[in-house]
Amino acid sequence: MEQLWSLMPTFWEGFRVTLLLLVVAGVLSLILGTVIAAMRISPVGALRGFAAVWTEVARNTPLTLVFIFTAFVLPMLGVRLPYIVLAFVALTYYTSPFVAEALRSGINGVPVGQAEAARSIGLGFGQTVSLVVLPQAFRMTIPPLINVFIALTKNTSVAGGFFVVELFATTRQLANDNGNIVMEILITAAVLYLVITVPLGFLAGQLERRWVVKR
Amino acid sequence: MKRRTLPFIALAAAGVLALSACASGGTGGTPEETTAAPEPEPTFAAGSTMAALAEAGTITIGTKFDQPLFGLKGPSGDPEGFDVEIGKIIASELGIDEDGINWKESVSANREPFIKSGEVDLVVATYTINDKRKLDVSFAGPYFLAGQSILVLADNEDIESEDDLVGQPVCSVTGSTPAANLATLGAVPVLTETYSNCLEPLRSGAVVAVSTDNVILAGLAAQNAGEFKVVGEPFTEEPYGIGVKLEDTDFRMWINDVLEEIYADGRYEEAWNKTAGAELPFIDPPAVDRY
Amino acid sequence: MSGASVLFDAPGPKARRLSLILSIVALVLIIAGAVWVVLTLAAPRESGGITLPGMFDGTRWNIFTDPEVWTFILEGVVATLQAAALAAVGAIALGIVLSLLRSSRIAWVRMPTAVVIEFFRGMPVLLMMLFILLVASTGAFWAVVIALILYNGTLIGEILRAGLVALPRGQREAALSVGMREFQSKMLVEFPRRSGRCCRSSSRSSWCC
Repeated sequence: MEQLWSLMPTFWEGFRVTLLLLVVAGVLSLILGTVIAAMRISPVGALRGFAAVWTEVARNTPLTLVFIFTAFVLPMLGVRLPYIVLAFVALTYYTSPFVAEALRSGINGVPVGQAEAARSIGLGFGQTVSLVVLPQAFRMTIPPLINVFIALTKNTSVAGGFFVVELFATTRQLANDNGNIVMEILITAAVLYLVITVPLGFLAGQLERRWVVKR
Repeated sequence: MKRRTLPFIALAAAGVLALSACASGGTGGTPEETTAAPEPEPTFAAGSTMAALAEAGTITIGTKFDQPLFGLKGPSGDPEGFDVEIGKIIASELGIDEDGINWKESVSANREPFIKSGEVDLVVATYTINDKRKLDVSFAGPYFLAGQSILVLADNEDIESEDDLVGQPVCSVTGSTPAANLATLGAVPVLTETYSNCLEPLRSGAVVAVSTDNVILAGLAAQNAGEFKVVGEPFTEEPYGIGVKLEDTDFRMWINDVLEEIYADGRYEEAWNKTAGAELPFIDPPAVDRY
Repeated sequence: MSGASVLFDAPGPKARRLSLILSIVALVLIIAGAVWVVLTLAAPRESGGITLPGMFDGTRWNIFTDPEVWTFILEGVVATLQAAALAAVGAIALGIVLSLLRSSRIAWVRMPTAVVIEFFRGMPVLLMMLFILLVASTGAFWAVVIALILYNGTLIGEILRAGLVALPRGQREAALSVGMREFQSKMLVEFPRRSGRCCRSSSRSSWCC
């Protein structure tokens, strides 16, 4: 137990990096996902096509492959960014289509009549979306969005193989150095991940129950 | 009707694939020429591990599957390398030939658990002997003395020794002893899955050096002729040993006997030349430690 | 809101022309970008004082002329498919079991199942694989399969349960009133009614019930 306690600072370092990956990639993918979702429903055909292609490609590429591209191919093309920034890029690229889909399903849940009413009083595209549709879509979007962020938390572990020392890589390092308490180390790592995902899951459940739309 | 049958076809296909997975056992390896022919009918003290293994005719050896020159699983399906050859020699001394060896992959973190649980009979997997590990398992050997060293770009004049690494980003493999040593030294460890992944960051300048055991570095340098060089003297001592159960002193001493025998009669050098010797010069083996 | 065209007027000639120009410009930019990437990768690089061949140089690709390499790759593909098939079958089975247990009326069945599900949902799959590899003596292939089964089984269980919850209560009540037991009602009425449910969690299309 003493030994495990002495490893806590190292665990904390890894946990900190995982949190950083989650927060930054989460915020960036929210922004990018919103843009993609807006492009999906926009009047310009090219934007709609681009957003559709982006969603399909990004969703179907395995995350490991995306990381290989950002960590190895981008530097070959002259991109000189720290590896953690490249990890942000990879995670944002991978998560943005899921955010976009969550937003789109929320938007689709708003009755057509709302948009028709907005148009009939002369609101333009931007106004309709921002004043009428999105506020109503919000309550339907939040639970799936939270699920996307839970998935993102777990996906940060892939960054551990690509030069970012987050919680998973830290766990493997500690398990190697302390071969006698491997099980305890793994359980600690699991608990630390659960510290993030369980409250998020709980929140999603609560919100879903509060905002469920009775038909 | 088409919509109904498609899911069933998919499930059936999945089932067939799954069944074939259960049916197919280990990978078939093409028999290779071996440095060691099985000894005819060796005899051992009754009740010892050696007797039990010779009786059973099979042995389970843990080794690495991803270390070039020492234990690397090749396209044939079985691992190849210096550690593998040592394992084969020990098995042959027990009267077990190559086909009777069951190779299990021991990654760095599961070597002690595997030995303690009896999952493997012995581990020969670039296994560094240190006092902490001696509390859980016992070591025969050492059979090889490696040391942690530094790999840089061939035209790099700035890095001469490990002192130049302090505060600099250095690449190594997650969960390895060299990575832990780098952290203690004061360098900034940049970790990845395998050593070959470390070469790209070195090329692009994201890290200034790659650091791990000198034999692995020499292998990497040899594979990329002219691009990299190993600098400085090894700054740690990594004696590779053969891990066996903590209480099994008889087995350990017997393996030590075998090791001393092959140092003398040339089989050690033959095993080296057949594997790591393709890239690295032969180094005299260290004296075994009978503690 | 199905038709996105509800949000804006049908584009007139000027808007259509603008849209066309934007499309062409975007296409040109993307193609130019792709060409730049290919050319940069194909150029030889300086590294460590020597020159490395470009990415598309023959010497970098001639390992693929070796049939042993192809056999190795094929074995990997087959292993992937086997792992995926086993994991899929196992995950579906586990998912059904878990969703039944989780929506049971008996509290001491429901609560522990909920804890177990939350535990496995919250961990990264890689960590689970590492756990099984280090702690159980199953070898790499089965560590991967079991971890995938546990992880995806809980995911599928939750999706199935969400579908069960979304089913109109009348279905279950009707089944019970005809005399079916709890379990029978689940297997004969609720699951089949729900198996056409879409995977998107908050979609409300009318043909999925």
